[in-house]
Amino acid sequence: MNLRRVTGFAIAAAAAAVSAPLAAQNVAITNATLATGDGSEPVENATVVVQNGKIVAAGPGVAAPAGMAVIDGTGKWVTPGLFAAMTQLGLYDVDGVPNSNDSSGGRSIFSAALDVTTALNPASQHVSVTRGGGITRASVFVGPSSAIFGGQGAVVDLGADPNMVMRPRAFQVVTLGESGGRIAGGTRLAAQAAFRNALQEAQTAVGKTDRPADALLNRPDALALVPVVRGEQPLYVAVERAADIRSVLALRNDFPKLDLVIVGASEGWMVASELAAAKVPVIAHALDDLPTSFEDLAATQSNVGRMVRAGVKVAVGGLTGGTGDQARNSKQFAGNLVALNKLPGATGLTWGQALATISSVPAEIAGFGGKAGVLKPGAVGDVVLWDGDPLELASAPVKVFIDGVEQPTDNHQTKLRERYRDLDTSQLPKAYEW
Amino acid sequence: MTAAGALALAACSTTADSGETRSASAATPKSASGDAAYPSTYKPYPGAPTALVGATVFDGTGKEIDNAVVLLRDGKVQAVGTGLDTAGYTVIDGTGKYVTPGIIDIHSHLGDYPSPSVSAHSDGNEATSPTTPEVWAEHSVWPQDPGFTRALANGGVTTLQVLPGSANLIGGRSATLKNVPSRTVQGMKFPGAPYGLKMACGENPKRVYGGKGRMPSTRMGNFAVDRQTWIDAQGYDGKKRNLAKESLKGVLDGKILVHNHCYRADEMALVIDMAKEMGYKVTAFHHAVEAYKIGDLLKENDVCSAVWADWYGFKMESYDGIPENAALLQNAGACVVIHSDDENGIQRLNQEAAKAQAAGKRMGIDIPDAQVVRWLTLNAAKAMGIDAMTGSLENGKMADVVLWNGNPLSVYSRPEKVWIDGALLFDADNPKMRPVSDFELGQPGMGDVK
Repeated sequence: MNLRRVTGFAIAAAAAAVSAPLAAQNVAITNATLATGDGSEPVENATVVVQNGKIVAAGPGVAAPAGMAVIDGTGKWVTPGLFAAMTQLGLYDVDGVPNSNDSSGGRSIFSAALDVTTALNPASQHVSVTRGGGITRASVFVGPSSAIFGGQGAVVDLGADPNMVMRPRAFQVVTLGESGGRIAGGTRLAAQAAFRNALQEAQTAVGKTDRPADALLNRPDALALVPVVRGEQPLYVAVERAADIRSVLALRNDFPKLDLVIVGASEGWMVASELAAAKVPVIAHALDDLPTSFEDLAATQSNVGRMVRAGVKVAVGGLTGGTGDQARNSKQFAGNLVALNKLPGATGLTWGQALATISSVPAEIAGFGGKAGVLKPGAVGDVVLWDGDPLELASAPVKVFIDGVEQPTDNHQTKLRERYRDLDTSQLPKAYEW
Repeated sequence: MTAAGALALAACSTTADSGETRSASAATPKSASGDAAYPSTYKPYPGAPTALVGATVFDGTGKEIDNAVVLLRDGKVQAVGTGLDTAGYTVIDGTGKYVTPGIIDIHSHLGDYPSPSVSAHSDGNEATSPTTPEVWAEHSVWPQDPGFTRALANGGVTTLQVLPGSANLIGGRSATLKNVPSRTVQGMKFPGAPYGLKMACGENPKRVYGGKGRMPSTRMGNFAVDRQTWIDAQGYDGKKRNLAKESLKGVLDGKILVHNHCYRADEMALVIDMAKEMGYKVTAFHHAVEAYKIGDLLKENDVCSAVWADWYGFKMESYDGIPENAALLQNAGACVVIHSDDENGIQRLNQEAAKAQAAGKRMGIDIPDAQVVRWLTLNAAKAMGIDAMTGSLENGKMADVVLWNGNPLSVYSRPEKVWIDGALLFDADNPKMRPVSDFELGQPGMGDVK
């Protein structure tokens, strides 16, 4: 197979319409430094083989099958496509332009029933920009606004095709700290009461067509919480303070089946052993180290490292916007956790662990353990070829494959870059350069 | 009136009606308008004569010196070179490490929007009038903001400009601070630094005031209010003291430097012409995400662009932000400064610069590390009017120095030691040399490696 021709076709097709499905290709990348994403350290002179959209082999002893297109990865690195946990990719174009922003339910009378898959836009520039940064999968959540429940998030891929959704209604989101308190009426007490009532109403809503006279939830919201209270749908709980994390863990006394994931957890290191014992994973911001409010007084960049050391499953996530917290910078955040190892008194991660916090671990938390965020046989064919150490600031993807399909690299930003490579307008205005 | 106040009045009443523009470096820091009021009480802390030996030095001017010796004595850079005599100095082995000038953030709101960011601490925007040149950022600074300590320990930041926010067209005077813990803001004020005046164009002022049903509600309204305000200030003679006009007059006299929040290229071009019309100079455009579209114009007018590496798409006027912005500007010969505008970003300005460098390299613009470090040091100092005092490791300058445990443009590197005026104020190897603000005393995580 002529790789160049296939690649050229893929880019041309994407430029033409984006709607035409791109072809998966069978390809081997050889002689690269390989990091599988499973927490192990990178190995040199390794090969990855992608066939029929899946990983079929990855490792130093792997040979490219005869006749398969080969990309020479000498001097380059290969990782799985990165997994960005808790993003809002596909839900907004410009944060500050409300009409373009579907990242919360706004003033809706519905909350838990909201379903992000109904609004996802794979053509959003943020999807292509993020994909260009080596992120191939993500969880997408809807932020709580009119009620403590945000709604049902999805797991998506960032491929340049019309279908983003890998798993719809993959998790429910609730906020129970300061922000939950504000939404619920002013205090944490109100948030906790609202939460408990909602789950109790869900327990009694099944099979009934009428709502009880004293019901506070509408029917769609109550029904949306049924899989949560049954433990069939993970519940992502946003809290920061150590005491709040404990109070979330205690919810299982009353609702024993809850499949909990803590989101935020700036003070998670203070309750790390409890989180580990409860087997509750965490999606944390890697570098929060300021007492932004009274619920994260003990925030430190060592938070992730300390939780991992205590046995907590921790993903780095929550990079939701276009400012400092961009999903495409998750590799920078992970790299900083490695930097902590050289800082006396700090607790960092090994390089392999750090990569895992943005690849295999968030995929596991999202329900795709062994299937995404990792280079092992049977996993999705998401492969990123980097021009250097992927966690290093200078490095960037050279090629990105999703399900074995090489992805287009152009977007609004790359077009602007090329248009303004020079500022010559002597012959025609810039508007004619495209 | 205090003596200091009288001095300020005297400084401002020195009328110079010329419409000429002056460059930032031409401003005389000591005579900055209002500088005598609320004077700096900062005095350098004691420091031992120190020799950093064997490190790679990025000196801030764009030079790289390998296996260098950096001599600090009496609060000043004594000498930088190779093979220098270190007799009489405490020698620190810098083998495998890097030395830069102290990092300078030209755009911070630390102290004015401190942590915890509760509403009681929201002191950065006097959003009650579209033009408030009379307010001074230093009067809002809370010196106990823990953000200062993070910027020092994690970012190597030794100097920062605290600006009012961007709700107003003219937000007020900035405060240039040494990043030293202090009981008072006066104890942080950078001695001799000129004031800046924060201005803003674009979405924020028109949104804030349009939302209140008053002018400006459009970009043309922004310009009309700005222009009338400048015209009204031009005849100010200082006889009857007016705080707003003192600030504006200071700009017209070239003593106060204009720092103009402006995202879009077309608006920057209009602001440059407004400055010419009114007889002042814009020293730097901040958040200039579209500066790459007019690098030629910015170079021609000697205006710096203070930029992020890759922020984009969070508001309409940021939609065209690209990671190659800084590199394209550098390539066009324009002045680049990397800024934070953020209590987290200020801890990683070196990393932002490295990302901007890498984006340039991928499009064929190769900018050496030492030049990139200049974006965070000497260029920032120049745009703040303090380049004669700090921003580079040149003989006689303030000994504001960072020893990094690796190349500062690598994600794996952090400050190991930070000196301000020759005094060691952060040492990663000594837990007691990690400052803790009053707010964090006795709280969970006190003294932790943050």
